Amino acid sequence: MASAAPDHDHEPGADPGFQAGELHFEAPDGVASLRGDWTLRALTPGIAALRRRLATVPSTARWQLGGAGRLDSFGATLLWQAWGRRWPEHIELSDERRQFIEEVAAAAAHPLPMPPRFTVIDAVVLLGAALLNLFSHAGDFVRLLGQLLLDLLRLASRPREWPLLEISANLHKVGVKAMPVTALVGFLIGVVLSYLSALQLKAFGADIFIVNILGLGIIRELGPVLVSVLVAGRSGSAMTAQLGVMRVTEEVDALAAMGISRTIRLVLPKVVALTLAMPLLVLWTSAVALAGGMLSAWVQLDLSFAFFIETLPRVVPLANVYIGLVKGAVFGLLIALVACHFGLRVAPNTESLSTNTTASVVSAITLVILVDAVFAIATRNIGVPI
Amino acid sequence: MSAAPVIELTGVVTRFGDNLVHDGIDMAIAPGEVVALVGGSGSGKTTLLRHIIGLTRPAAGEVRLFGESLLSASAGAVRALQRRFGMLFQQGALFSAFNVAENIGFPLRESGVASEAEIRDLVALKLAMVELEPAHALLMPAELSGGMIKRVALARALALEPELLLLDEPTAGLDPDRSAAFVALIRSLQRRLGLTVVLVTHDVDTLAALATRVAVLGERRILSYAPLEDTLKVDHPFIQRFFHGEHGRWALARSNAGD
Repeated sequence: MASAAPDHDHEPGADPGFQAGELHFEAPDGVASLRGDWTLRALTPGIAALRRRLATVPSTARWQLGGAGRLDSFGATLLWQAWGRRWPEHIELSDERRQFIEEVAAAAAHPLPMPPRFTVIDAVVLLGAALLNLFSHAGDFVRLLGQLLLDLLRLASRPREWPLLEISANLHKVGVKAMPVTALVGFLIGVVLSYLSALQLKAFGADIFIVNILGLGIIRELGPVLVSVLVAGRSGSAMTAQLGVMRVTEEVDALAAMGISRTIRLVLPKVVALTLAMPLLVLWTSAVALAGGMLSAWVQLDLSFAFFIETLPRVVPLANVYIGLVKGAVFGLLIALVACHFGLRVAPNTESLSTNTTASVVSAITLVILVDAVFAIATRNIGVPI
Repeated sequence: MSAAPVIELTGVVTRFGDNLVHDGIDMAIAPGEVVALVGGSGSGKTTLLRHIIGLTRPAAGEVRLFGESLLSASAGAVRALQRRFGMLFQQGALFSAFNVAENIGFPLRESGVASEAEIRDLVALKLAMVELEPAHALLMPAELSGGMIKRVALARALALEPELLLLDEPTAGLDPDRSAAFVALIRSLQRRLGLTVVLVTHDVDTLAALATRVAVLGERRILSYAPLEDTLKVDHPFIQRFFHGEHGRWALARSNAGD
């Protein structure tokens, strides 16, 4: 349909400036006349006052549009709405302008469809969809896991196909580059934990038990979980976002079209790298946290570093270190798998990217804490001195 | 033409690291003109467009829009200037979290001038202008075809009643049929609304159908800035290849036959 402004008297050379649109209405003779430009730009400064004036004009007024300058579709819409979406009884305007306003009115007569209202049925559908979505997630996750296992079998017989370059690049990215932040957080947690424990222990005169508390707590429990939370937020989200953007830009499809397995090239390096890097990060963070605790114990309780270091292996069995390392590897595996799973589910739009990245981090942390609880129960008889 | 130019570029220099892209570009675009920017890949056409809309700043030189300097104006003045043009990005750049109606109404809603009822009417009008159905209003950008994305993006560019329309590769990625229809749509809107249009294109069909003047970018400057007939006569290897290559000759012959 044709729709616009033959009326948009925009001859070349017209001054880029404008005259603000005005409305003159004289009550006695009931004439409403338009002056100035009725365009979005010209009307913007005084729009509130103009709306008020428009509202005061009675429906019996005689409208004169001849004096107005330019009229654009915003001005026309404003008038049409002020007239109550129909032509006033008395109106003077040029044929061109009448045609223009009629086009605006014709478009307005076909209103946009409203988004459907939310009903009880929608609520049921939403609930059902959420449940089915859970199954679809489970299915996808199992498929990813299976594909990864098949790829590992394939790679077992062809050692030359291992994506070693990608693995080492990922190892650097998720391992080495994460060292400063995990060290900082670990150190501070160690200091705080030691400080708070020392306050209590002092009251009982049980100062030397600070070594037991810090050693067991950090090596067995706090180190792995703390690193997992940090790594899920730092590397897990990055993995999801990276795979997600690769989905959006069709890079994943390009790989598939070249006959290159996306699990071998994209997922496997991330999973292997994080599974290898996490135990090392756990070791590193636990060590730094213990150093922080040791410093705090020295300041608060006057325990010497030498005493702390000498006592630690006696009160904390070596099994705890192994438990911490195994936990680190398992958590790393889980975080990377969850991150890749959500990354590969991203649909090509920004909303999906943000939803999946959030879901990836939240699921990874939740899963880590759940599995940690399972570990706590399974290893309750190992490495705890009684 | 004596009218004050809508866009005025003086001595624009652009540098990306050691790579000198523009070395003193001078150009003035009068109201109501349709100027096509052409040039080889990497000649900085899109960069020039981004200078004009104030997304990037040239290393040296002056960019004036509607007579006001974009580089020395205050932030508020720049915002006011930016409301006076509409930009159609190459990939449409629709907000993927919004549906079609919300995308088109977004600039109006942000400007805070129009009421919700007026926005609905105006969105319906813009949809009709770009020849889309009201039923398309609830679709999400991910559900649209390439041609529809361009139309919705054009409707959004027209939302604030601009005087100047900037088009980056308006027909790239469209099949010849849709491309011709989109060009016809732009031309009819340009004539009816009296818009000034600047378009970047590689497509001789588009250029022949729309442009009143052609600016050829090459060797870091404007090689020629003239109506199409005069541009064709310029003796420069790039211009000769661009317009008198096989496809160019064919497209021009077709457009002449069409007129």
